[in-house]
Amino acid sequence: MKIKNINKIFYTFIFILLFLLPISGNFYYINLFTEIIIISLLVMSLNILIGYTGMISLGHAVFLGLGAYTSALVMKDIYPSIMLGIFSAAIISSLYAFTVGIFCVRVSGLYFAMITLAFSQAIYTITYYWTSLTGGDDGMIGIPRPDLNILGIYNFSLESLENYYYFSLIVVSSLFYVMKKILDSPFGTVLQAIRENPERVQFLGISVFRYKLGAFVLSGFFAGIAGGLFAPFQGFISPELIYWTRSGEIILMTILGGMNSFIGPGIGAGILILLKDNILNYTEYWRIFLGSILIFFVLFMPGGFVGFLSEKFNEIFKIKK
Amino acid sequence: MTDASYLLSQFLNGLTIGMILLLIASGLTMLLGVLTILNFAHGAFYMLGAYLLYSIFVSKMFSWFWIALIIIPIFIAFISGFLEIFLLRPLYKRERLYTLLLTFGLAMVFDDLVLIIWGRDFLSVEVPKILSGTISLGDTSYPIYFLFIIVLGPVVSLILWYLLYKTKFGKLIRAASNDVEMLEALGINVKWVFTGVFALGASLSCLGGLLVAPFRSIVPGMGLEIFIESFIVVVIGGLGSFGGAIIGALLIGQLEAFGILIIPNFSMIFMYLILLLVLIFKPSGLFGEKTI
Repeated sequence: MKIKNINKIFYTFIFILLFLLPISGNFYYINLFTEIIIISLLVMSLNILIGYTGMISLGHAVFLGLGAYTSALVMKDIYPSIMLGIFSAAIISSLYAFTVGIFCVRVSGLYFAMITLAFSQAIYTITYYWTSLTGGDDGMIGIPRPDLNILGIYNFSLESLENYYYFSLIVVSSLFYVMKKILDSPFGTVLQAIRENPERVQFLGISVFRYKLGAFVLSGFFAGIAGGLFAPFQGFISPELIYWTRSGEIILMTILGGMNSFIGPGIGAGILILLKDNILNYTEYWRIFLGSILIFFVLFMPGGFVGFLSEKFNEIFKIKK
Repeated sequence: MTDASYLLSQFLNGLTIGMILLLIASGLTMLLGVLTILNFAHGAFYMLGAYLLYSIFVSKMFSWFWIALIIIPIFIAFISGFLEIFLLRPLYKRERLYTLLLTFGLAMVFDDLVLIIWGRDFLSVEVPKILSGTISLGDTSYPIYFLFIIVLGPVVSLILWYLLYKTKFGKLIRAASNDVEMLEALGINVKWVFTGVFALGASLSCLGGLLVAPFRSIVPGMGLEIFIESFIVVVIGGLGSFGGAIIGALLIGQLEAFGILIIPNFSMIFMYLILLLVLIFKPSGLFGEKTI
């Protein structure tokens, strides 16, 4: 069997499982999985940078924050439409990615990592102090969850948790499809070539700068949508969304799932959110666990769970790529 | 208060901030130049320095600021040495991404450890008695403690310069930043040079935290703040360049002191502006030769 077919079956299987989840009627899990679905979009958008292009961004939470604040502000103050909120989140986030990317993408390696972190901390500080717009430390509460209007004919209410779950699932899985198509295209191949050897790509006459910038904007676009979905889901947002530990979490999810695979980071998101939820039941100091897990994975399982499993899987079934 | 003396005291404030930044940035730039790693936990040692000083003062074991000034950095040097040996050493053969992530994890662990041990409240430490007075500058008074830091900064830099350029250990460090493989081929145990540099950088960062404790509030999260600032210093000065770190630290110090006068809450904007300008016109930094 070819690995491509196995992947297809696997994705379909996961989708069906997730689609059937609300039937269980367990609100605790529906709530948790809505978060997992939204955050996995964010984590996979980061993987475009880390896994595909080899650019380690340490400030990815900034897109989540920008998207969330944009959609919240648009829906509260301009027009209550969920699609408009998400759309403007994506636009603002991509615009930010483009402007900042022009500077960040010039450098690589550690420099890129730190500069993305520096920018995200700058945005965090601005969000924190610009009280009149963002509500400062208190954040924003009462973010509406307006009905989804389908072609002006039918209103799909998103008030109930189940409906918002389905809405997120549909939006995120169709975006996954788009992302997969983009990354399987020649554009994605060039990105992977840049990861392996940027000089050689440059010698081939391909502008590394443009492709890296493209990857950065694309990543910002998807991450902004994740933010736009997140704000109405949670109902309140605070600058904590942009804080550096949040970026750390997202990276940890990527590592945990395995950055060399497409779906890995999404699974990492699932594992970490479930884990975090369990740890938080016992202690508020969960970052110490998070940090230790990160250290453990870096030292002993750098390929992540999916990398580890697929290695074993390939050994057992002797699958050739 | 006249304008001139106000500006002078603001200038001295900037110099104080610059000296503290210099202590942290010089360790960071050494790690980047020699080990080619970015140590995310570098700010954590700064934070630990401040908290340990607080604990020593509270416990009343001894209230000698001067002893603490020596003992705590040595203690941190040992701790960081152990961390380097057990956690970082296995990773030097792999991609640099992994060391970055590992120190990122380390920073998280330290942040929570501080919360668990010392709690969430703002803490403060008194200025040591000998240094607690003020001195008159024209028609304004200025704390002696700040002047002490302004004097101490260059002294520490001189010691560091002597260590780097006049001793055998310094020669090894500089050689390692040039060509690690060659150094290994000559039969030098590079691993221990790395451990030494890591411990030295950590204790410098810790010293910075100690010095800051009497005049800034001690809060969890102070490590990351200083880490970002000192990284900007390093980028502006040029990676691995000691002279660049000095210029960068003094520049950022002044920018912080005078930026507050222009836009109070958003003064860090200037820092990012300078960073942007340097990245656009000279990505390798003012004194750097190589770009990563």
